[in-house]
Amino acid sequence: MTPEMKGFLLFSSLKMLAVFTMTMVGVALMTLMERKVAGWIQNRPGPNRVGPTGLLQPVADGIKNFIKEETTPAAANRSLYTIAPAITFIPAMMLMAVIPLAAPLPLAVDFTLPVLGRFVYTGDLPMVVADLPIGFLFILAFSSLGVYGVALAGWASNSKYSLLGGLRASAQMISYEVALGLSLVPILLLSGNVAFSEIIRNQQEGLWYIAPLFLSFFVFLISGFAETNRLPFDLPEAEAELVAGYHSEYSAMKFSLFMIAEFAHILTISAMVTTLFFGGWDIPFTSWDEQGGVAQTLATHLAFFAKTFFWIFFVMWIRWTLPRFRYDQLMSLGWKVMLPLALVYIVVIAGAIWALDVLAPTISPTARAGALFLLNLPIGWGVFFFLDRGRIVQGVGQRAVPIRAGAEG
Amino acid sequence: MAIGVKVMSRPDSGVSYVRATLKGMVLTFKHLLQPRVTMQYPEVRSTDDWRIATRWRGTHRMLTDAQGRSKCVACGLCPQICPANCIKLVPGEDEAGNRYPLIYEIDEFRCVFCGYCQEVCPEEAIHVGVHYENAEYSRERFVYDLERLSAQTHPVSTLWDPSDPKGE
Repeated sequence: MTPEMKGFLLFSSLKMLAVFTMTMVGVALMTLMERKVAGWIQNRPGPNRVGPTGLLQPVADGIKNFIKEETTPAAANRSLYTIAPAITFIPAMMLMAVIPLAAPLPLAVDFTLPVLGRFVYTGDLPMVVADLPIGFLFILAFSSLGVYGVALAGWASNSKYSLLGGLRASAQMISYEVALGLSLVPILLLSGNVAFSEIIRNQQEGLWYIAPLFLSFFVFLISGFAETNRLPFDLPEAEAELVAGYHSEYSAMKFSLFMIAEFAHILTISAMVTTLFFGGWDIPFTSWDEQGGVAQTLATHLAFFAKTFFWIFFVMWIRWTLPRFRYDQLMSLGWKVMLPLALVYIVVIAGAIWALDVLAPTISPTARAGALFLLNLPIGWGVFFFLDRGRIVQGVGQRAVPIRAGAEG
Repeated sequence: MAIGVKVMSRPDSGVSYVRATLKGMVLTFKHLLQPRVTMQYPEVRSTDDWRIATRWRGTHRMLTDAQGRSKCVACGLCPQICPANCIKLVPGEDEAGNRYPLIYEIDEFRCVFCGYCQEVCPEEAIHVGVHYENAEYSRERFVYDLERLSAQTHPVSTLWDPSDPKGE
């Protein structure tokens, strides 16, 4: 093995370790954050008994989950029942592997360790476990693998609630997977690449994709909520009718794996929104962060963290604001609104990019993104007008009209 | 639409769902920043806004006279009126002919805290108290004997006063 290969292996292992640890710790803290945000929104302090201001609550939860009794329903399909949490958990953990967490770190190291020998690494060390050229296709592929675990968990539990939850989850995730995938096609058109590093570089040159591809962002965000089974789309575990949905029969660490997977999905969706639409680790209005260096890597990591944190908070904020959808509303939103919207938007963006290439081939990336942004304004207005049945422009926050005349006392 | 689904006539004029969603988010965010109202119970047991009412009927208390003896004369009215049948009274009599309780036990687990024992007591001996923290590790410990009832120090309930029905 050459010293260069050994250097690559060493740094890759370090990055894997770091990302896995960060994901697990992040997930643990997110469970606390969820309960804190829930409390704050309800004017409560949230958990504050374990450790200073409740910071050790995830540790207590973890210990509890490890030492609790594992139960298996008598008529469950034991092998599938056991393997289902792992099938959900593993893809969820793999997603963070392809998301760039910071600006590449220029390195030139050459050192020799006893027994292991010489390690050499020169060049930019990408701050991502695997800088895959297939980028977000990997994420789409693996995030949809999670549905197998959910469906199997529902089926193997041999319980009607679990089965219904599992079926709902698979139907919902497959439906929104379509819109989610199609909403990313405009990004592909605009950046000409699916690799995250290239997408981030494109956003640095032009504008963040939230501006030129606003509707993609809108569809992606809503589909992301549905993909992670979060409120207002948490029908797979609708507690009012399905007890706890597909994980009704699970206990202890098996249940915990489902929870970790759910929170890891939230983390991934937030990181993806950040990376695809908010410039990833890019610090806006400066090109200092692109020069490379230790300070730049740390600063860009902080920027990435701040953006991702905001979207995680946003997910929780929405959860405690909106009530759950009815199932047919969920499906009609997915198939009748999100899917056509994503398809039409692909056509519009493709046409606009083609027109820009023909009419103004020498235009700068920023101006190009700006032109697309201007195009988005009327389209976005029209979409919200349609979604809102023409009310958004009237506005004035009127009261709902009673269905029956004279109903008001 | 599936068979048998009743379609409601929902208001579709003057209603903006996008606006409603945004309004809701603003509302929840405002609440996020508001002060917390939860009373931190074990550390804080009463505040200016919340304190236990003086007519609260909780853990019983037996009052004693100046010599430290129980005021109870073992008349038997409280076990008679007790709807939960939780008072056990065995009367005794000393040389001077004074009745006193040989055994006086109240099972706080059976008690419904109606306060009839305090109302019926002619000697103002047994009282329900302004106190609620009487958790125990075993059922047996909920049976308070005379000594334990007399050792309670919490204030006794004022009960309901007909002339002041709202307790002001």
